[in-house]
Amino acid sequence: MTTKTPTDKTTDTTEATATTTPVVPLPPAVARATTVAGSAVALIGTFLAWTWTDEFPGNLTVTGYPGGLQVLTLVGAAVTLLFALSGYGIKGLRWLTPGGTNSPVLLSALGVLGTTGYTLGAISQELGGLVNLEPGAWVSGIGALVAVLGALGLPADQPYGADEPTPGLWGRIRHSLTAPEPGRARELPSWAEILIIAAGFGVGLYVFAYGIGTEYSELFIGFLVTAAFGFTAVTRAGLLKRLSALTAKHRNVTLTAAFVAAICFPFTQSNDQFALIGANILIFATVALGLNVVVGLAGLLDLGYVAFLGVGAYAAALVSGSPQSSIGVHFPFWAAVLTGAVASLVFGVVIGAPTLRLRGDYLAIVTLGFGEIFRITMNNLNGNSGPDVTNGSNGIPNIPDLEVFGFNLGVPHDVLGHELTRSGNYYLLMLLFTAIVVLVFRRSAESRIGRAWVAIREDETAATAMGINGFRLKLLAFALGACLAGLAGTVQAHVSYSVTPEQYQFAGSVPPNSAFLLAAVILGGMGTISGPLIGAALLYLIPAKLQFMAEYQLLLFGAALMLLMRFRPEGLVADRRKQLEFHETGQLDVPDDKPLPDGATGVAKAGA
Amino acid sequence: MTTTAPTTTTVLDASNVTMRFGGLTAVRSVDLTVNSGEIVGLIGPNGAGKTTFFNCLTGLYVPTEGKVEYKGTVLPPKPHLVTQAGIARTFQNIRLFANMTVLENVLVGRHTRTKEGLWSALLRLPGFKKAEEASRERAMELLEFTGLAAKADHLARNLPYGEQRKLEIARALASEPGLLLLDEPTAGMNPQETRAAEELIFAIRDKGIAVLVIEHDIRFIMNLCDRVAVLVQGEKIVEGPADVVQADERVIAAYLGTPFEGAPGQDEAAEVEAAEAGAAEAHSTTEGDDK
Repeated sequence: MTTKTPTDKTTDTTEATATTTPVVPLPPAVARATTVAGSAVALIGTFLAWTWTDEFPGNLTVTGYPGGLQVLTLVGAAVTLLFALSGYGIKGLRWLTPGGTNSPVLLSALGVLGTTGYTLGAISQELGGLVNLEPGAWVSGIGALVAVLGALGLPADQPYGADEPTPGLWGRIRHSLTAPEPGRARELPSWAEILIIAAGFGVGLYVFAYGIGTEYSELFIGFLVTAAFGFTAVTRAGLLKRLSALTAKHRNVTLTAAFVAAICFPFTQSNDQFALIGANILIFATVALGLNVVVGLAGLLDLGYVAFLGVGAYAAALVSGSPQSSIGVHFPFWAAVLTGAVASLVFGVVIGAPTLRLRGDYLAIVTLGFGEIFRITMNNLNGNSGPDVTNGSNGIPNIPDLEVFGFNLGVPHDVLGHELTRSGNYYLLMLLFTAIVVLVFRRSAESRIGRAWVAIREDETAATAMGINGFRLKLLAFALGACLAGLAGTVQAHVSYSVTPEQYQFAGSVPPNSAFLLAAVILGGMGTISGPLIGAALLYLIPAKLQFMAEYQLLLFGAALMLLMRFRPEGLVADRRKQLEFHETGQLDVPDDKPLPDGATGVAKAGA
Repeated sequence: MTTTAPTTTTVLDASNVTMRFGGLTAVRSVDLTVNSGEIVGLIGPNGAGKTTFFNCLTGLYVPTEGKVEYKGTVLPPKPHLVTQAGIARTFQNIRLFANMTVLENVLVGRHTRTKEGLWSALLRLPGFKKAEEASRERAMELLEFTGLAAKADHLARNLPYGEQRKLEIARALASEPGLLLLDEPTAGMNPQETRAAEELIFAIRDKGIAVLVIEHDIRFIMNLCDRVAVLVQGEKIVEGPADVVQADERVIAAYLGTPFEGAPGQDEAAEVEAAEAGAAEAHSTTEGDDK
């Protein structure tokens, strides 16, 4: 099997050459050489000066030392070069492209062109004219363009589909971006597989930390372009599929690796502001994961979920010892967490008990109402229109910093020679809560209770006929979700120093609100663990980094959601179920984990 | 008529069941018993009240009058409690959990026979793993029994029609019922699949589970059932062994209608024929005139 795979692939490619026409008519050899040359030129260009003044952020004036946006072009060009060289079948590079060979080249070349083109455009726009470009910029730009043209001349990775045997120009371009699925991976020793997983998460952490640490919006846009094309290229190359096969195999190792990578994050940031973004992303992601229990597993559309975060936060604030709290007590942290979680749980049961008798849209409307009721009640408990509990719209400010085991989270600490700032401390504390929520989600999903939730989501009548007490289990999901949000709320109150009713709206510009939470779950992928985490990170990071488009934020957000629902309705991370549900293949689903034992023995024999 | 051996016990005893929806009486004082090891059929034309009666047995409706007893105790009024008591059912239009795997579907059927709650799942208490494994084992046994074991990891939606019906039965059996209610188990099946379903139901009977079947396919019912009850307009008109029921005049009348009093004789027939011939002639002449 191992020896067969490369041969299979070469025959595939030759077949494709025979039946497909490249977008730019070039002989394959010439096309590949052009691509390699173009990306090499683009790469060299990044070492030259791109502009004459350091008025453009990132200082692109130094020769011999790429900076700012040049680094992105450099990385993109290097990736393109590697993919293109892998197409030559160079030993040691072939593992890069187990799926498609030529589509990743095209995608990464497009990424380089996008980043470089954007940079050139931004320089000439901000400094007033093309005249501000130094030769290095032209070198990289032309190199990137040549690389794209060359990549367009490469043959497609798979023959045309039967429904469109002779596509037009647009069809050919679209087709050249597709790639076949990679074959079964060669069995590696498990330590090597674990090492690969660790490396994968290391790269992921680095990319993520880089994205958070981008200091100006031009760099962040460049980062988004490079990351989007790079991610697609890696997917088309089949590397992602390989990695996810490994992570599915070593699930505990994967969880640990993800956790360790997440712990490392604050040590990569020296700026407190960026660590704060990290902490806020974690709060948002944790709440989104809690919502995923309710929406993703049990199928209950809850539009007022942020109220439970609010209940937890208010409960923690009231017992935090803040001078403005109407209850003058100061609970230790563990007791405050317990108070917040229990308060949310009680609130969840109280709201859930009457509303969960409704189904579908009606449930959504009622929960939306209850979410608003919470916010308005908090506003009215101000001493004027009600008893003085929450200080009304002023909220409860001056929440003191936490002290856990004599460790004050409010002041910086030196850990392993790195200064951990206040936000870094809270980030690590929040990470602990995220880990708990991940564990709760995973364990409850893979149990009798989790199956009953999914059964209720699928067909409540049939579930009841199977002996499932629908109302009780729905209430359980609702209460569990509320409790998890309450947990996150207790930390949020301390991170943001104050709680006010306006933090807990249905839709607002600052992410943890009901609409964004639901969007994070749907965008990321319902019913998965990593989906809401990724969705929340994106939904928090993009508005936080692109302050200049604050006015259009909701508009762009809506457009992005529509595009996603059109092209990838199952979300960024799809569980196998959803993928089959939304992309009808027209043939029976043959699970690929069944023939594994045969394949494994085959490999063992071949290896022996 | 009903008791065959002294060892049989009454599993289901519905007595004087009446179901009214406002002024409409859908089911009128129906008595029906099902004994252990028996396959009983319930037939009747469309709208006869079969499904209403079925819903009274499964806890979806509470009968207006009369009572339904399962093994000597009156049935609770909630469907999930009925399942827990030991009555499992399938649906006329297949209602599988389409986006769960075949195995998961059967595991959901085990819900009432396992007790592990949320805490047990979250803390992975000692009994959890054992209970999960036992459930899985039992579910796989049932899949072997229905011949679906090879497809345990497929999504239920991707099974062919006949296998989806089988899976519904396997899922119902997973709740370890004493009585299985099948609502039109062969609807939409071809003759081969119907034969297979028949075999399966016999095998279920041999496991000691009583079966009550609603069906339209008379041939299927006649092969299968020890006893057949016929429901017409909400009333049970006859009950007995298959051949007796089949020959019963009232049953034939209910399905095919009764010949009316003055059935047409030879004379009337000849008269009609003559009249028709005359009409045809007249028609052709008018056509000729036109030309």
